[in-house]
Amino acid sequence: MSGAESYPFTETVEMRGHIIDSLILPKVLDTITVADGAFKIEDIVIGQTRHDPSSARVVVSARSDEALQELLAAIADHGAVPVVKRDCELTIADCDGAFPEGFYSTTNQRTEVRIDGHWIPVADQEMDCGITVDMSIPSAACLPMTDVSQGQHLVVGHAGVRVFPQDRGDHAQGFEFMNSVVSTEKPKGVATSQIARQLYDARAGDEKILIVGGPAIVHTGSIGHMTELIRDGFVQKLFAGNALAAHDIEHAMFGTSLGVHLDSGDIIEAGHEHHLRAINRIRRCGGIREAIDSGQLQSGIMYECVKHDVDYLLAGSIRDDGPLPEVITGTLDAQRQMREKIRDVSFCLMIATTLHSIAVGNLLPAWARVVCVDINPSTVIKLSDRGSFQTVGLVTDVEPFLRALVADLKELSA
Amino acid sequence: MRTRPRILMCPPDYYGVHYEINVWMDTRRQSDHPTAVQQWSDLQDLLTAAGAKIELLDPVDGLPDLVFTANAALIYERRALLSRFRHEQRKGEEQYDAEWLRKEGFTVGLLPDGHFFEGAGDALFCGDTLFAGYRMRSDAPSHQLVGELLGHRVIPLELVDPYYYHLDTCFCPLAHGIAAYFPGAFDDYGLQALAEHLETLIEVDEEEAKSFACNAVVVGSTVTTNMGCPHFHDALRQHGFRPQATPLSEFVKAGGSAKCLTLRLDGEDAASWRM
Repeated sequence: MSGAESYPFTETVEMRGHIIDSLILPKVLDTITVADGAFKIEDIVIGQTRHDPSSARVVVSARSDEALQELLAAIADHGAVPVVKRDCELTIADCDGAFPEGFYSTTNQRTEVRIDGHWIPVADQEMDCGITVDMSIPSAACLPMTDVSQGQHLVVGHAGVRVFPQDRGDHAQGFEFMNSVVSTEKPKGVATSQIARQLYDARAGDEKILIVGGPAIVHTGSIGHMTELIRDGFVQKLFAGNALAAHDIEHAMFGTSLGVHLDSGDIIEAGHEHHLRAINRIRRCGGIREAIDSGQLQSGIMYECVKHDVDYLLAGSIRDDGPLPEVITGTLDAQRQMREKIRDVSFCLMIATTLHSIAVGNLLPAWARVVCVDINPSTVIKLSDRGSFQTVGLVTDVEPFLRALVADLKELSA
Repeated sequence: MRTRPRILMCPPDYYGVHYEINVWMDTRRQSDHPTAVQQWSDLQDLLTAAGAKIELLDPVDGLPDLVFTANAALIYERRALLSRFRHEQRKGEEQYDAEWLRKEGFTVGLLPDGHFFEGAGDALFCGDTLFAGYRMRSDAPSHQLVGELLGHRVIPLELVDPYYYHLDTCFCPLAHGIAAYFPGAFDDYGLQALAEHLETLIEVDEEEAKSFACNAVVVGSTVTTNMGCPHFHDALRQHGFRPQATPLSEFVKAGGSAKCLTLRLDGEDAASWRM
């Protein structure tokens, strides 16, 4: 019996009648298994008396569409027929900023909706959204709640919607040994070199690599590793908060991070003011780029980002000092801009930030590869719990990880 | 008191092997018409002698298989679920079957388009369960529908040997809980389902199955078959039945025998609902 596993090509079939007494149900299930397919019994109603028929709804899956069609033909002979297909049900949004009641809530998995008998892929796949349909093309796309406009066509209910669950094995590709989501007790060296290989291949394939980073990158003395990654073309996008940029600039200007001298580890007198003075200088210049142009900012992560055209985005939070002029202070605005920027991201490396990692994890489709590196296992667990199960987690300190990663990448490049 | 058994037959005026829609048929091996007429007539006499009243369906030129009235419909009380033939060659029979059954006061039902269902050839009551053969002629979804329409338990049985293309060629309900069958016509699931739902199963060997032993007409305790089924007849006697044989070789050439030539109108003796 193959209850748990499933293959990417699926169809739901229904059987009715005395399918238990006649052994037709086991026969169909055996037929599926023998043909190397898989099944999941979605629903079964067993007749109470000998005259009551039973019924079963079974999701059949196979490795290829061809195999699925063959399998469906074989089991149709025994009376297992595909559930009558329906188009998705649409309702017109009756107000801005909220879905109609009963709206279809999305996952981050590849999804299709059925319109006029045709299955249309849903664009901009993102979890916890609705699906809007443009009947004129026709096309469908995920739509966040706040972006709903009155009059839009929105999918309600589950009919006419099908989801293609990502095979978790797909994401283990290249991370074979890390098949548990969070690996606290596994050799970091192997993990790091596998991540390096993925990054290297992604760069070679002209893929877009996103780094989501927290200020611990700066605090732990990893600026040099990060700037190397940027200079070597391993970072196309950077998402962070005010803190990463502020402390990176603080370090560029004062040699400290939160007042601690990164070279010596000494606490500098009045060092706690350094980041404020750094932010203030940038604000006086009008922005990071302007500070670089005027020669006031001459090194660091943000400096390299500007110099190497890394598409960066700084999203603010309520506790921010300053903030830096580039920081987007409206949460929804930040979310919207992040959403735009992640569209073409295929690899995402999240380093030492809980809030930004979860925010980005929520936006990414299931097929984007995600590596989350954090000293705190709960960050990775939180990501997984929220449905970003494509995340491969590595629990380690940031600096040794980045140092090893850079060294591995240099070796691969050599 | 039960009514006198009524059986529908159709004289073989236009019978012959005019096409090939099962492995028995070979147009080069034609039936001998006078012999066929004699064999049919002998069968009619035997059944009448056994206590049945024979009703006649008018034969129609160009419909040689109309003689096999078992495939006209499935009879249930005063309802007749008309056949939906799989082969074009037999579809022409449907209107004549429907006309006769309506005229006789049956409420004639028809399965929706796209279904294949060949009446009492593939659907046989034993007790209150309808055993239904599928794959060769009738299809499984039709049996699901029949079960819903009649409100009876239907046990679909896959037919796996083309020589036994209708259920009535390899399975014969004899009385409540008793049936004869040829195991080689079923798969393991079917055999298990039969064993679970019938108290007594009389096994027919391959040689006698090929002589259409299972294609028997039951009238009370009299069981009429083609010639060449001595072992089966012995078994029937042991179970208290009175077997009798009559030559039906000319009909075997078209893949039919005694049961195929008859349609029981008042319910088979084995059916619990029999009027």
